[in-house]
Amino acid sequence: MADLETFRADTRAWLEANCPEEMRKPMKAAGDVQWGGRNREFSSDEQRIWLERMSEKGWTVPTWPEDCGGAALSNAEAKVLKQEMRALNCRTPLMSFGIMMLGPVVLEYGTEAQKREFLPPIARGEIRWCQGYSEPGAGSDLASLQCRAARDGDEYVVNGQKFWTSEAHLSDWIFCLVRSNPKASKHDGISFLLIDMDDPGVEATPIELISGASMFCQTFFDDVRVPVSNRIGDEDAGWTIAKKLLQHEREMLSDPAGGGSPTGARKRGTLADDARKSLGAAEGPLPDADLRDRIARVELDQLCYNATLRRSADGAKAGRGVGPETSMFKLYLSELNKRKSDLRVRVRGVNGLGWSGDSFARDDLAATREWLNSKAESIAGGTSEIQRNIIAKRVLGLPD
Amino acid sequence: MSLVLTEEQELLRDTARDFVQENFPVKAFRELRDARDPDGFDRKRWAELCELGWAGIPFDEAYGGAGLGYAELGVVLEELGRTLAATPLLATVALGGGAVALAGNETQKKEILSEVCAGKRLLALAFQETLHFSPGVVETTAVADAGAFRLTGTKRFVLDGHIAHTLIVSAKSEKGVGLFLVDAGAEGLTIERTNNVDSRNAATVTLAGAPAQALGDPARGGQVLEVVLDQGAIALSAEMLGGIQESFDRTLIYLKERDQFGAKIGSFQALKHRAADWFCEVELARSIVLQALRAVDTGGDDVAKLASAAKARSSDVYLHSGEEGVQLFGGIGMTDEEDIGLYLKRARVAELTLGDGGYHRDRYATLEGY
Repeated sequence: MADLETFRADTRAWLEANCPEEMRKPMKAAGDVQWGGRNREFSSDEQRIWLERMSEKGWTVPTWPEDCGGAALSNAEAKVLKQEMRALNCRTPLMSFGIMMLGPVVLEYGTEAQKREFLPPIARGEIRWCQGYSEPGAGSDLASLQCRAARDGDEYVVNGQKFWTSEAHLSDWIFCLVRSNPKASKHDGISFLLIDMDDPGVEATPIELISGASMFCQTFFDDVRVPVSNRIGDEDAGWTIAKKLLQHEREMLSDPAGGGSPTGARKRGTLADDARKSLGAAEGPLPDADLRDRIARVELDQLCYNATLRRSADGAKAGRGVGPETSMFKLYLSELNKRKSDLRVRVRGVNGLGWSGDSFARDDLAATREWLNSKAESIAGGTSEIQRNIIAKRVLGLPD
Repeated sequence: MSLVLTEEQELLRDTARDFVQENFPVKAFRELRDARDPDGFDRKRWAELCELGWAGIPFDEAYGGAGLGYAELGVVLEELGRTLAATPLLATVALGGGAVALAGNETQKKEILSEVCAGKRLLALAFQETLHFSPGVVETTAVADAGAFRLTGTKRFVLDGHIAHTLIVSAKSEKGVGLFLVDAGAEGLTIERTNNVDSRNAATVTLAGAPAQALGDPARGGQVLEVVLDQGAIALSAEMLGGIQESFDRTLIYLKERDQFGAKIGSFQALKHRAADWFCEVELARSIVLQALRAVDTGGDDVAKLASAAKARSSDVYLHSGEEGVQLFGGIGMTDEEDIGLYLKRARVAELTLGDGGYHRDRYATLEGY
């Protein structure tokens, strides 16, 4: 424990000396989130310096081994680092699907050569990754995917289409589930492939969403040749890896510190403050009793959710399985976030109905878009219905 | 404080589970109900429970207590809640005993708490006057009379009112709202037991100039009452958590056993999804109740908020659990023979006891300043 306290003191001293002042202020624009990549742009010199210093230290991926770009910290040390960063309001230097989703899978299933080839560029923010899982005909029933990878000597020839590939048009590489054996049963003929988006035959086009945003793409593969050495795990054994990765994704989406949505974390009390402003109400109970009750409900739900996360962590620490699985967190938080986003619009009255233009404040417009975006929470990463199936089967042991 | 049980608390839980399953099974509760037992609880079993030291769990060793806390009291109440055990633990220890421990002077604490811990004295907290939970409303009067007081007014829904040896009554004197001790046999006191849907004990208490002693400082009763009711709500939430978990567990077993259309009904997605959502609610209720129990012990300034959070949650989730249980048991759930309906009935009463979800969300909003 004494070692951990020394580590805490050292960490704080280092952060104080190395985290630029500008990087300790709240993010203002979407560009303040650094996603890395070949074509990365920095919104300021400080943002660049902060990323360089942190990756040099191995702290963009603190628990990864040193030869993979990490600092080989223990989980306890990584937690201290997180706490100290929070205490100083340090921004996350790098947001990345490579860190949150692909990395853990390569560490678990990759060869030594693959780890050294793919992980350090992720840690330094040099390569941006996207996920090629869903297809037009394979959403909730992901294992029915059809994107074909035919073996041709030391290469696969990939043909097909991926859907909902997040930010594929901005990404450098894609990790893909492909059908390597069309004759095997649907779960058994899938492989996990890493594909360079610059390869001939790869094309990504953005999809416009109900919120007006286009953060997802459809990605097409037309006779794309991929070396067999880019396959993670055994041929036809990709489904196990896919499930593991989905679990990382669910964990990320249910982390309140906001892996999933960097703009999602908001100060408490905002809903009530916004309601008070928009109702023109002075001190005391909000005059709209229904609105007041709705606000109390989501705040209490959040409190109970946080207590459950804490209990789960305490259980893990005590070496006892508490039971509530990641599916429960994903299910509950998705539904809760949707209600919150709905309320953020509701507390604004007609100012919550704006789509664009100067007649609305930026926050008002953002609330409307976020409400629409939030509908994806219970669809992406496995729909709420799929999470309920998983809970019923895996946690409650209900029969098929 | 960790939100999982310590090894000592796990041991207590295992002991409590064995003892409760053996001595307070649901069957025993049915027998009390069917026999129209005038006490509404089993004195012999209660004495055995007190021998285990449970009535003294949160009280100082100086008064014969165990010097433990709400975390431990909650463990025991949860197990009692699982079998719908009708015991005076909530009214005597959390509400009455809590009031004495917080408000009483040293002599009162010594006298009353030591008898509570020994299982020799039962208490009831008589505070509610309105049909809806509204503890700020106190019309009952306390008039000074030769060093003591005389109380006049009516109290409703007094838990364990008719079996208590001592009533602790809120009343207003010229010094403000105070708490007063009234002997069960006092003149001018009428106690009428009400027969409620959950077959547990409650009474209407009428005071017509009943003689009373102030419990501690008669000017501080209002403040103390708020704290006592918060602790009581947290303790009750722990009992309710037991009922929530048990009704969920029993229904889950039924879903795996009952055949219809040539399949276990638990294989039907319509029921699976209901069970999955219900499971989440149970887990969230458990987390907030554990956190609230621990907050009482650490004495943080968030006890009031957590009390409202826990009681709002357990009120809503217990009622939901009773309703889901009856629905998923189907026709058999409507019969008196099947236990699941007993949980629905208890949930209905526990929901309104010490404030329902709506009350506590309103209070939470007020505490948060909106």
